Parts: sequence; structure tokens; C-alpha cells
Amino acid sequence: MTKSQLIQRMAELNPHLYQRDVERIVSTIFDEISEALAQGNRVELRGFGAFSVKQRDARQGRNPRTGESVRVEKKAVPFFKTGKKLREMLNQ
Amino acid sequence: MSDDTVTRAQLSEAVYQGVGLSRNESSDLVESVLEEITDALLREEMVKISSFGSFFVRQKGQRIGRNPKTGEEVPILPRRVLVFRPSHVLKGRINEGYEKRSDNGVSREKGVPISGLTDSSS
Repeated sequence: MTKSQLIQRMAELNPHLYQRDVERIVSTIFDEISEALAQGNRVELRGFGAFSVKQRDARQGRNPRTGESVRVEKKAVPFFKTGKKLREMLNQ
Repeated sequence: MSDDTVTRAQLSEAVYQGVGLSRNESSDLVESVLEEITDALLREEMVKISSFGSFFVRQKGQRIGRNPKTGEEVPILPRRVLVFRPSHVLKGRINEGYEKRSDNGVSREKGVPISGLTDSSS
């Protein structure tokens, strides 16, 4: 399922809404999550899962092609932990 | 800068502000989007959200685990796990925000200025 298919599905479930509003609703959700993470905040959607930002220290990496040693700067990466309910649903 | 954890309430509020539906309907729609994603994943369908990331279900085989407290070996049964792979766009945004905060002398954990900067904007 792609984002546009998700929008399509939401439009079918909500025939009283304009297509452009459905698009805005779906985009708003992912934009809000992205923005919160960009600010270093956590997003917790109980039952579904939680998005957070993890810090990775600078390290000495290696160019896998040349074997050359390169410095990898410290960085922040997004992380998702599946919610308890969804984890259980996947394994029923 | 707000340091609050974002929950369904904030997502609903953003939908409410942005689309102009009732608060009730906005929160139902947020829930419904999460449900549609969940249903697709339970069907083992990959969910790809452009410039955000993709979710997919991975099958894990049985392996031997260990109770860290007792050292006792216990089998970890085969199971399905959900994987989120962030898009390059999302990774870029997060890292840019992180670098900006580091430059401003703002601590990552609390968003509190260390160097006494008077940064009241957003």
C-alpha cells in the first residue's frame, strides 16, 4: 500500500469528504510526526508504536569498496518501536 | 520549542486546524488512518509512505535465547515483527534538526539552552 492508495482508501471510507481534504489529512499526520522527530521529540501512538530519535556517536568507519578509513560524524537517526497491541496482533 | 511527546491528540489537533472538520471527526480520521495501515500490515502488505518511510512485516525464525537473570536457555518462538525503514528524506530532516540544535548549544534531551541563548522562537 502506498501513500496514494492509503488516501484512496480513506476517500472511499469517507465519501462526504473532498479528495483534497483527505489528501491533506493523511499528509498532515505524517508531516506532524516528521516535524516532531526533526525537533528531537518523541511520537507515541499507543497500540500502534512509538517513533523516537536516537543519537549515534561519531565513529571510525571504513569505505567498503576501498577499505579506506573514514570518520563518520555523530548523527541522529529515527527509530520505531512497535506497540504492544500491534505486536500481539501480528502473532495471534 | 516544545519538548512534549506527540500523541494522537496532537495529530488530531493538527488535522482539526488544517482541514476544518470537527474535533471528533478529526480524531476518528487519525484513528482510521492508523487502522488502515495496521490492516495492510496484518495482510503482510508493505506500507510505503513517500518521503516518510516504509513499514513491513518480517518473519523471524526460532532461536535459542537466554534468560538474562537466571542464564537459563529458553527457545524464542518463530514470530512476525514489524520493521520501519525511514526514508532518506526523513533521515535528512531529523539529522538537520539535530545538527541545528547541537550548533545552538541546545541539549538533545531536554531542548534546554546550555549556553544561555535566548532562543524563544518555535
